[in-house]
Amino acid sequence: MLNLAIHLLVVLLAPPFLLGVIGRTKAAFAGRSGPSLLQPYHDLVRLFGKGSVLSPTTTGIFLAGPALAFVAPLAASLLVPLGSPHAPVSFTGDLILFAYLFALSRFFTAAAALDTGSSFEGMGAAREVSFSCLAEPALFFGLLTVARISGSLSLSSMLAHPWSLGWLTSGASLVLVVAGWFIVLLAENSRIPFDDPNTHLELTMIHEVMVLDHGGPALGLILYGSSIKLFVLGALLMRVAMPFGAPDPWLSALVFLAGMLLLAILVGVVESVMARVRLVAVPQLLVTACLLSGLGMLLLAGSAP
Amino acid sequence: MHPADLLLVLVLLMNFLALGASGMRVCIRAAALQGAVLSVLPLLVHRDPGWNALAMAAGAAALKGVLIPGLLTKAMRDVHVAHEIEPYVGFVPSLFLGAFGTALALLFAGRLPLAPEHVGTLIVPASLATLFSGFLLLTTRRKAIVQVVGYLILENGVFVFGLVLIEAMPFLVEVGVLLDLLVAIFIMGIVLNHIRREFSSLDTERLADLKE
Repeated sequence: MLNLAIHLLVVLLAPPFLLGVIGRTKAAFAGRSGPSLLQPYHDLVRLFGKGSVLSPTTTGIFLAGPALAFVAPLAASLLVPLGSPHAPVSFTGDLILFAYLFALSRFFTAAAALDTGSSFEGMGAAREVSFSCLAEPALFFGLLTVARISGSLSLSSMLAHPWSLGWLTSGASLVLVVAGWFIVLLAENSRIPFDDPNTHLELTMIHEVMVLDHGGPALGLILYGSSIKLFVLGALLMRVAMPFGAPDPWLSALVFLAGMLLLAILVGVVESVMARVRLVAVPQLLVTACLLSGLGMLLLAGSAP
Repeated sequence: MHPADLLLVLVLLMNFLALGASGMRVCIRAAALQGAVLSVLPLLVHRDPGWNALAMAAGAAALKGVLIPGLLTKAMRDVHVAHEIEPYVGFVPSLFLGAFGTALALLFAGRLPLAPEHVGTLIVPASLATLFSGFLLLTTRRKAIVQVVGYLILENGVFVFGLVLIEAMPFLVEVGVLLDLLVAIFIMGIVLNHIRREFSSLDTERLADLKE
C-alpha cells in the first residue's frame, strides 16, 4: 500500500519537473538563464484555474480525449517499477497492455481532434496515427528483446532483472534496443527531431495541431498527461539502460531519479543541437528505430544456441 | 560476451547512419567514426597486444578516422559539389536492404565453420554486414564522393574480417590492406579531379552521356 502511494506520488509530482529540466538545458545551450525549473507546474496551475469554452459542434468525445490523455499514461505508469523493484500492478503479458494504453490515449486524442470538425486538426490526427504505427514496432521489438533476455513476460520482473548481468551477456543487442527506444521516446513525446513542442507553425505540427481547440483545464490535462507519458517511457528506457541495481530501496530510488534527470538533460541536448527534420524524413527516422530494435532481437536470436 | 562486440555494434550503427544519411558530411563522418572505432578493435581481440599492435591501432585510427575523411571533406569543399546525396535507391529502401543484409550476415555467420574462439562473437557477421553496406553505398549512390565513402566502408569490413586472422598471421596483412586503401583513395582522388575537370560535375550519371 505504501509502495503504491509513493509510486503515485512520484508519478503525479515528478513529470513536469523533467520538462523544466529540458527547458533549462535548452536555455543553457542558448546562453539564456531560462525559465524556473518549476515553470511547468505554474503553467499547469494557471491552465487548471481557467474556465473552458466548448464549441457547440463538439460532442462528449471532445472531452474524452483530454481525460484519456491523462488517465492512460497514469495507468501505464502502474505497470512500470520506478525506483522500487516491483511495480504496483503486474501480471504475465502486461507489456501488451502497457503499449496499448498509450495507443488508446492516442486514439481518443485523434478522435477528439476529428470531433471538432476542423480539417486542420484532421490532418494532424492523420500524421499522428501514421507516425505512431512506425513507432510501435520499434517499441515492441525492444520489449521482446528485453523479455527474451530476462526470461519473463511481465514488465515488473522484466525490469527487475539484474541488468548488469544482461549487459555482460548480451550488451550488443541492448545497445541497439536502447538506441531504438530513445528515438521512439523522442517521437512519442513529440520532441525536437520529430516535432517542436514550442512552435505553433501550422504546416509542420504533428501532435500540437490536434489539441488546438482544447483550452483551460482540458489543455492542462493534456499537457500534464504528456509529461507523465515522457516520464513513464523514460523510466522504461532508463531501467534497461542503467545497469545499476542497488539493494537498498532508498539508494535505488535515488539512482533512478538521477537517471531520469540525466535523460531529461540528454533530451535537452538533443533538442539544442538538432533541427527538426522535414516531415518526409520522419518515417525514415522511425524506420531506423524499428530496424535497430529489430536487429537487437535478431542478434539475440542469432547468438542463442 | 566478447568485449569487442560492443564496439562492433557501434560499427553496425555507423553502417546504418551512412546508409540513411541524406547529407554528404554526415556520411563522411559516419565512415570516419567507424574507422576510428575499428582501429581500437585489434587491441581488444589480440591476446597480448604489444607495441606493434599499438602502433598499428594508432596508424589505422589516424588514417581511417582523420586523414582519409579529411581528404574527402576537403575534396567535397574544393569541387563545390552540392551536399545532398541523390541516391538511385531511396534512403528507406537502402536502410531496409542494409538491415536485410545484416540479418543475412548474422544467419550466414552462424553456419560458418569458425575457430572456436570466434563462434559467439560478432566479428564475422559485423564484417560481412559492413562489406554489404559498403557495397550498397558504392552501387546505389550517384555522387562520386559518396561512392568513395562506400569503398571506405567496404574496406572497413575487410579490416574487421582481418581480425579473425590476427593470431595466425602477423600485422603484415593489416598494414598491406591499409596501404592498398591509401593508394586507392589517392587514385580515386585523381580520378575525381579528372571527372570534375572534364564534366564540371561529380554526378556519375552524366558519365553515361559519353556513349552517345
